[in-house]
Amino acid sequence: MGDERMTEPKLFDPYGTPAGADPRGALQSITLDLDRTEGDAVNRMKSTHLEPFPDPVLEVPDELRRSVIVSSIDYLLNWARKSSVFPLQSGLACCSFEMIGAAMARFDLARFGMEAMRASPRQADLLIVAGTLTWKMAVPLRRLYDQMAEPRWVISMGVCATSGGPYYQSYSVVPGVNHIMPVDVYVPGCPPRPDALLYGIMQLHDKIRRYSLAGQAAGHE
Amino acid sequence: MFDGEQVVDVEPVFGYLHRGSEKLAEERTYTQIVTLTDRMDYVSSMLNNQGYMLAVEKLAEIEPSPRGVWLRMIASELQRIASHLVATGFLLQDLGALGTPLIYAMRERENILDLFEMLCGARITNSYLRPGGVFMDAPAEFWPALDRGLDDIVQTIDELEEYLSGNEIVFSRTKGTAVLSPELLINASITGPMLRASGVDWDLRHRAPYDYYDRITFERKLHTASDNYARYWVRVQEARESVKIIKQCIEQIEPGPVRPSFDVVPRLLRPPVGDAYVAIEGSKGELGFYLVSDGGISPYRMHVRASSLINLTLLRDMLIGGQFGDLFVTFGSVDLNMGEVDR
Amino acid sequence: MTTVWSGNALAEAIEAFAPGSVESSAGIDVWVKAESISSVCEGLKSRSEFKFDLLSSLTAVDYIDHFEVVYHLTSLPMNSSAVVKARVGFGRKEASISSVVPIWRGADYQEREVWDLMGIRFDGHPNHKRIMLWEGFPGHPLRKDYVTYDQSIAAAAPDDSGASVDGGE
Repeated sequence: MGDERMTEPKLFDPYGTPAGADPRGALQSITLDLDRTEGDAVNRMKSTHLEPFPDPVLEVPDELRRSVIVSSIDYLLNWARKSSVFPLQSGLACCSFEMIGAAMARFDLARFGMEAMRASPRQADLLIVAGTLTWKMAVPLRRLYDQMAEPRWVISMGVCATSGGPYYQSYSVVPGVNHIMPVDVYVPGCPPRPDALLYGIMQLHDKIRRYSLAGQAAGHE
Repeated sequence: MFDGEQVVDVEPVFGYLHRGSEKLAEERTYTQIVTLTDRMDYVSSMLNNQGYMLAVEKLAEIEPSPRGVWLRMIASELQRIASHLVATGFLLQDLGALGTPLIYAMRERENILDLFEMLCGARITNSYLRPGGVFMDAPAEFWPALDRGLDDIVQTIDELEEYLSGNEIVFSRTKGTAVLSPELLINASITGPMLRASGVDWDLRHRAPYDYYDRITFERKLHTASDNYARYWVRVQEARESVKIIKQCIEQIEPGPVRPSFDVVPRLLRPPVGDAYVAIEGSKGELGFYLVSDGGISPYRMHVRASSLINLTLLRDMLIGGQFGDLFVTFGSVDLNMGEVDR
Repeated sequence: MTTVWSGNALAEAIEAFAPGSVESSAGIDVWVKAESISSVCEGLKSRSEFKFDLLSSLTAVDYIDHFEVVYHLTSLPMNSSAVVKARVGFGRKEASISSVVPIWRGADYQEREVWDLMGIRFDGHPNHKRIMLWEGFPGHPLRKDYVTYDQSIAAAAPDDSGASVDGGE
């Protein structure tokens, strides 16, 4: 198979039939329809998601703070949750390299129990949106967010995910990931150093510690 | 589209990171666009900056200052090493060595990013270049750190090469897959390590020297097999050659100003009406910038000839007929960068 | 060092094998008539005095009354480079030019990008679809009459397909 291609270079055979594949058009006939369906989905998303989601703010009522039994169960539950938050691999652009750097040997994410970056959203707790979000990518990203099981949290890493960043008024960039999903922690920077991401993660741990069973459900619906 | 494990047809879909840099560039000044260019190919920011700056200097007929040119050559070659380390580390990761070789490669890249932080304050998207040179001179502690860093880099490349050139798994998975002939590659406008892995001696630093590449000597490492293994081998050898280039730059650099004074090159640049296309040897191939000026403070049109997008032209030829497991190895050997594909 | 073909020398050489196809030349640029781009490019690639086997870059520029498609060519065996331009779409009517994908396969994605962002059709392209933006995106963004708006303000969205002739923001 490889030899045959080496001896007969086909100089003009765009989408032809190399090595006995399906005739040209087999895939192309369905990809135009797929592209149109995707385009409709993106246009729908763009027209319905122009207002940002409100940020989930935690308020713990006073009477619950004094209750010992609820708070010790809360304490254990929150400690367990924050000690092994599994991030989802959702690096989009330049910030993803700082996220990878945070998971590598120098700025170690494993000391927080978070080095297991899951590939499947069903197994992940934390969605770190690292990089610029475009409207075309917003549809799959929202699908990933919907597939995550609660409790789930979102960190918006970098200014592109926070507000559009240097690409603010571009025709294809979502002005902030909070137009697509509610965000817990915003980490500014372009790109933020891995230390800054770690600080953001520690702020998220603080937020997780403040949840209480009777007060508010952890994560957001 | 698959038939069991065999790939029958492939169609790539682009645009998930299309940020509209070319349209935004029409609303920014020439110096502000440097920040946009860093973020296109985000593992080789210095190279993007260098390509763009050369186009601006050609358009505005600016004579760059020598020390700035040497510094930006050093920065570009360091960036090339970092980019090839990323490519090699991620290849080994995709082949199944989950994590460990990638951690070695990224550890070395962290040392290079420390050097960049000494030079300009930023690790990844460093907008280091300005019209005529660079914006800040290297501090005194940069030069000894660079010497130590070069020895470390050579050692890490030796370690990574041991993985590549002795490993049974790497051989059986990468040799003989996704073979492309040189005529097909040239016809598809593919340049860079992919072309040199098929035996064609075409490197823009040698054939069309820019900056002071005509004052240094280096070899272009070629391989004739043009399969995935050849492309990786070429990148690892190129990283070694970059170390030699940096050493020659360190010998030849002279003290002086790092950018022309603001009387010669004003802060707000207004190039004369015209257009310019300059291509440099980026880490993925020919990285070209086409700028059209109408005499104002922003370009009338900026186009980036993105090497990663064009390197994907032969995706069908590479993947059809192969196995599913070869998909990721082939993608890795093309060494894509989505920021550059979509700009 | 790469030799750069001067516009006049290239224009004379092109007129020698494809008479009547050159409009003008200046500096290092040659303007070729849009109808004859295929024959000119075929000659530039295969004739032994040129041998331009690498298409470095294919792009387009919007000069308000017409578009210009720019081809940057490189020759590996002769180490030379040239620039060929073609004007299309006068009066901003339907802009189209024949595709050079049969000559250089590297033009594939670059022509799709020009269609996507500028709206110039390439006749004969095997997969003439949008590449960077989604199908259904209103308009062609890199045109000078496409106005970008602040997307975080819902009221700022234009109600038509952004086709005002303000000359861009």
